[in-house]
Amino acid sequence: MAKDTNSTHNEFEKAEHKQEMQHQVISFVMMIIFTIAAFALVVSDVSKYFTIPIILLLAVVQVVFQLYYFMHMKNKDHEMPALMIYGGIAVAFMTILTFTTIIWW
Amino acid sequence: MSTAVAQKKGFGAFMWDYLTTVDHKKIAHLYLVAGGLFFLLGGLEAMIIRIQLIKPDNEFISAGLYNEMITMHGTTMIFLAAMPLLFALMNAVVPLQIGARDVAFPFLNSLGFWLFFFGGLILNFSWFMGGAPDAGWTAYAPLSTTSPTHGVDFYVMGLQISGAGTLIGGINFLVTIVNMRAPGMSYMRMPLFTWTVFVTSTLILFAFPALTVGLFLMMFDRMFGSVFFDVASGGNVIIWEHLFWIFGHPEVYILILPVFGVFSEVFSTFSKKRLFGYSAMVFATVLIGFLGFMVWAHHMFTTGMGPVANSIFAVTTMAIAVPTGIKIFNWLFTMWGGTIRMTTAMLWSVAFIPTFTIGGMTGVMLAAAAADYQYHDTYFVVAHFHYVIVGGVVFGIFAALHYWWPKMFGKVLNEKLGKWAFWPFFIGFHLTFFIQHFLGLMGMPRRYWKFLDGQGLDTGNLISTIGAFFMALGVIIFLWNVIYTAMKEPKASADPFDGRTLEWSIPSPPPFYNFKQTPLVRGLDALWIEKSEGKKAMTPAEPLGDIHMPYGSIIPFVMSFGLFIAGFGFIYQVDNPVWLSLVFIGMGITLGSMFVRSVKDDLGYHIHKEDLEKGDGQV
Ligand SMILES: [Cu+2]
Repeated sequence: MAKDTNSTHNEFEKAEHKQEMQHQVISFVMMIIFTIAAFALVVSDVSKYFTIPIILLLAVVQVVFQLYYFMHMKNKDHEMPALMIYGGIAVAFMTILTFTTIIWW
Repeated sequence: MSTAVAQKKGFGAFMWDYLTTVDHKKIAHLYLVAGGLFFLLGGLEAMIIRIQLIKPDNEFISAGLYNEMITMHGTTMIFLAAMPLLFALMNAVVPLQIGARDVAFPFLNSLGFWLFFFGGLILNFSWFMGGAPDAGWTAYAPLSTTSPTHGVDFYVMGLQISGAGTLIGGINFLVTIVNMRAPGMSYMRMPLFTWTVFVTSTLILFAFPALTVGLFLMMFDRMFGSVFFDVASGGNVIIWEHLFWIFGHPEVYILILPVFGVFSEVFSTFSKKRLFGYSAMVFATVLIGFLGFMVWAHHMFTTGMGPVANSIFAVTTMAIAVPTGIKIFNWLFTMWGGTIRMTTAMLWSVAFIPTFTIGGMTGVMLAAAAADYQYHDTYFVVAHFHYVIVGGVVFGIFAALHYWWPKMFGKVLNEKLGKWAFWPFFIGFHLTFFIQHFLGLMGMPRRYWKFLDGQGLDTGNLISTIGAFFMALGVIIFLWNVIYTAMKEPKASADPFDGRTLEWSIPSPPPFYNFKQTPLVRGLDALWIEKSEGKKAMTPAEPLGDIHMPYGSIIPFVMSFGLFIAGFGFIYQVDNPVWLSLVFIGMGITLGSMFVRSVKDDLGYHIHKEDLEKGDGQV
């Protein structure tokens, strides 16, 4: 980051941006594919016991793509948001588990 | 210099200053004054309840009014007194403790206050508009959904609006603590008060949405004809209880954790020792916060959840006694061998330990599901939660006010009057509530308007009422102390208590930019480290430079005022659709001010280096 290495630094940044762009495009395409796949499953004549879990799985993967690639959670300094998100998911999961197993059976 | 300017300004300018302020120190004053007023109001309601119960078969107030009193006492004390008083402390102290110039979002900070304030106003307007809510502070369905007056509607709208303010405040402090700590202040170097505020803010973030959802369902049931809680149409009244307590139990930790932080600071400062077991304290705080979400159903043991659910929730509830016990012992060990100064702040903190331990012990008793069938809805429960909430939260707020008063207002509260306020309150508290354990065990149910002669309840209730008057006396002496201190006491130094943390490294009260230069933190108890190396002040982490400050804004006030108007529209449109116009006007004001805020750039201003240098003669 010193001033005399500015040019090499810029080149490094450029390369990094390019890679970043690539990742974003790839995940964008993947998300479109997933969405089409989900729709296709619903339209086609597959059993719903197969369709529902697959759609849920696709949804989870899409959320992960969204968070990590578009909202930059894969980058540095995002440990705290990650901790919050996973903490919240854990609490919500425990609550739902409680309702489905011991309270309202 | 700035005080001279303030004195020259008229009352109007003074009011305008507070209406538009985004300075965390002034917002702390607002929270303190508003929360204090609601505390007095809730206290007045408590006195009326105790006077009604002074003797058997009393007719002091009618049964309906009594229901309104108990509902408003609980709701006011939890949502409109305890919460804002804690937000006052958080605002006054946290940015100073982490070496920041303000919170992360000063505008939102102001918005959070005004939302809380207008929500509280709506709730209390109900007294003059056909009757206050009367279904208990827990507003269980179907009692609340079938209550004939508009009371519960005021409860729903008031809490919804003030709850939004609390959520905004919680998020603000999360972001502030994560992002704005001074250089060198790692997580494990944060003062314990900052840690507890951090965990509390997390709890607010996760718990308040459950209340929001519950209140929305209640709102639609009462105002728009939905049937979420109507059993006849396939609804389920127990859903409300679950939602309320998924919020409600974390709420009691939201209240108690910040004062755990206060006690940690007070014990450490006035024992002249580092806090014993700092990392264990942090761990216990986080663990309490986490476990707080796994126990909500202990409020519902008698709803018929079945033995499996009851047992599991009993065990998780008892588990919380472990981290709490860790804390109690750490505080005792902090005092052990220390150079103890029995100041008023210390007195409140020392009194807290046995009081809160009794409350914790009855908590474990209540957690035993089988025994709870006996205690449920009796005065035993009332005694228990007043021991933890008054003995914990209120004692803690008093300790904190005595400790940080010089930092907030520039003067140390009078010590003699402080102790004169403490003793009647402390004795009165135990008189009022200790006997209620036994009233409960004798079978006196909570929330009943009357008890009858010849059932052995007379003496206990009389003692309880006498105790309440002692508590009122203590509060009055405290108020007198506030006035006396403002008139007679000299100005405080920057560090009147020989403090250990960053807030004591700057003048009392601090300049509006807090730190002229951001301090460099070299360990836990940052100021103490510098002191023990013979230095007078913190080492700065940056050269003296321009400071960027935000402008004040009236928009948060207007935005909240719009919701206030819309609230009345929602409540009364049930009677006549004409009232919907208020909804549109109010929401128009709120959305309009949001729009103005979005399009108008507010870039703030800079205090220049040269002005800082001549601002006071220190540099
Ligand atoms: Cu609880």
